[in-house]
Amino acid sequence: MQIEIILNGKKVAMNVKNDEYLADTLRAHGVSSVRKGCDTTCCGLCTIWIEEKPVLSCAALSIRANGKSITTMEGLYNEAEEFAQVLVAEGSEQCGFCSPGFIMTVLAMKRELNNPTEEDIVHYLTGNLCRCTGYMGQLRAIKKYLGVMQHEPCR
Amino acid sequence: MFTIKEFAQPKTIEEAYNTLVSKRNNAVIGGSAFLRMGSKKIATAVDLSKLGLNYIKDRAEHIEIGASTTFREIETSPLLINHFNGVVSNSVKHIIGIQFRNIVTIGASVFSKYGFSDLITALLALDAEVVLYQAGRMSLNDFLERPYGRDILISVLIKKNQRQASYQHLRNSISDYPIINVAVSRLDNQWNIAVGARPQKAAIAKKASEVLSNSFSLEHLEHYADIAAEELTFGSNERGTAKYRQAMCKVLVKRAIMEVLLCK
Ligand SMILES: Cc1cc2nc3c(=O)[nH]c(=O)nc-3n(C[C@H](O)[C@H](O)[C@H](O)COP(=O)(O)OP(=O)(O)OC[C@H]3O[C@@H](n4cnc5c(N)ncnc54)[C@H](O)[C@@H]3O)c2cc1C
Repeated sequence: MQIEIILNGKKVAMNVKNDEYLADTLRAHGVSSVRKGCDTTCCGLCTIWIEEKPVLSCAALSIRANGKSITTMEGLYNEAEEFAQVLVAEGSEQCGFCSPGFIMTVLAMKRELNNPTEEDIVHYLTGNLCRCTGYMGQLRAIKKYLGVMQHEPCR
Repeated sequence: MFTIKEFAQPKTIEEAYNTLVSKRNNAVIGGSAFLRMGSKKIATAVDLSKLGLNYIKDRAEHIEIGASTTFREIETSPLLINHFNGVVSNSVKHIIGIQFRNIVTIGASVFSKYGFSDLITALLALDAEVVLYQAGRMSLNDFLERPYGRDILISVLIKKNQRQASYQHLRNSISDYPIINVAVSRLDNQWNIAVGARPQKAAIAKKASEVLSNSFSLEHLEHYADIAAEELTFGSNERGTAKYRQAMCKVLVKRAIMEVLLCK
């Protein structure tokens, strides 16, 4: 079936199978920031936004995205780069494989939560797994980026 | 990997139901997160997303949650956070992550009667009801005891009252499946103890609830927890043995009762 989505602000028509998921559709369309880590809905690496909400693209049927607005990291380039610089400064980019999904979730959190506590941040990010960092560097980077240093220090 | 031959987006529940039952291997699609883990060969997938079932409504007597409402909407709903000590919202907030909870739906989760379900345990303790297209309205407890059948879950109803509740769960790590979960509620002097992830589907500990309702005493907390753990059956899987679950059930029941007692 042919669907039409607004991909990063541009109208795009795509042919999709009835049982195809957005992670595959977007990659086939050349959107390389969308990666599959676990393919069992557990790791958060394939996070994109549908209508501004963060969702797992490996669990969102493409056919249902018809007429919807989809945002990937390519559509948030400047913001993503700004946050990535903070990640690098904190030494928490590591291998970088999980970064796109992680960055998409952080940018969604920035829009959704007002002045989050450390607990709010950790809760918002539980769906993003990272095998390298141990999360502390990421947490430091997020707090720096969001300007929430007034909250309790990382332990 | 599961496959879908035809994809239907009906505009009415009647049309959805008729499509569902027209062929044995037709299936309803909720969020599609669980279906994708299996290998079902679906002839026609009946997508409910055009039926307007995505809502949490504050009715005169009930809170009504439409089948297509996502777990994230349940987690963040001020109405649910402010009722029953926030137990419904609390029960879903440790499931995988936000990106997952923005997809999965209450209709699929309740209809499927998953043994590991966090949400069903909380709803059961609150004496919730379900509305099914074909079978009509019934208590969640009755629905759970019925054999599996073909139908469409339309909504979940929770009676609005002064019920106070607590949800407790034990996991190996956050976002893993629960090893055991417990929800306890109290309305006046009537207590309900529900235990799930045994790993069988959630059930009310009837005897313990009755004893607790008839003669509550702080000194006997241990006793009520013991009755609950004795009357229910527990099983073993890779997350825990039956014995471990039974022992942890006692701890969680006790904790939940104590938390309810602290509710204002
Ligand atoms: C990796 C993973 C981990 C999970 N961990 C947990 C956990 O820790 N705790 C927990 O409580 N849950 C957990 N779940 C379950 C999850 O919370 C949902 O309950 C589950 O994904 C079903 O929701 P869905 O919307 O994706 O359903 P779908 O995959 O769309 O459907 C599941 C089933 O329900 C049927 N169905 C869908 N909607 C309806 C309806 N309205 N009426 C009748 N039938 C319907 C479908 O035909 C299908 O058989 C987990 C799921 C996954 C995939």
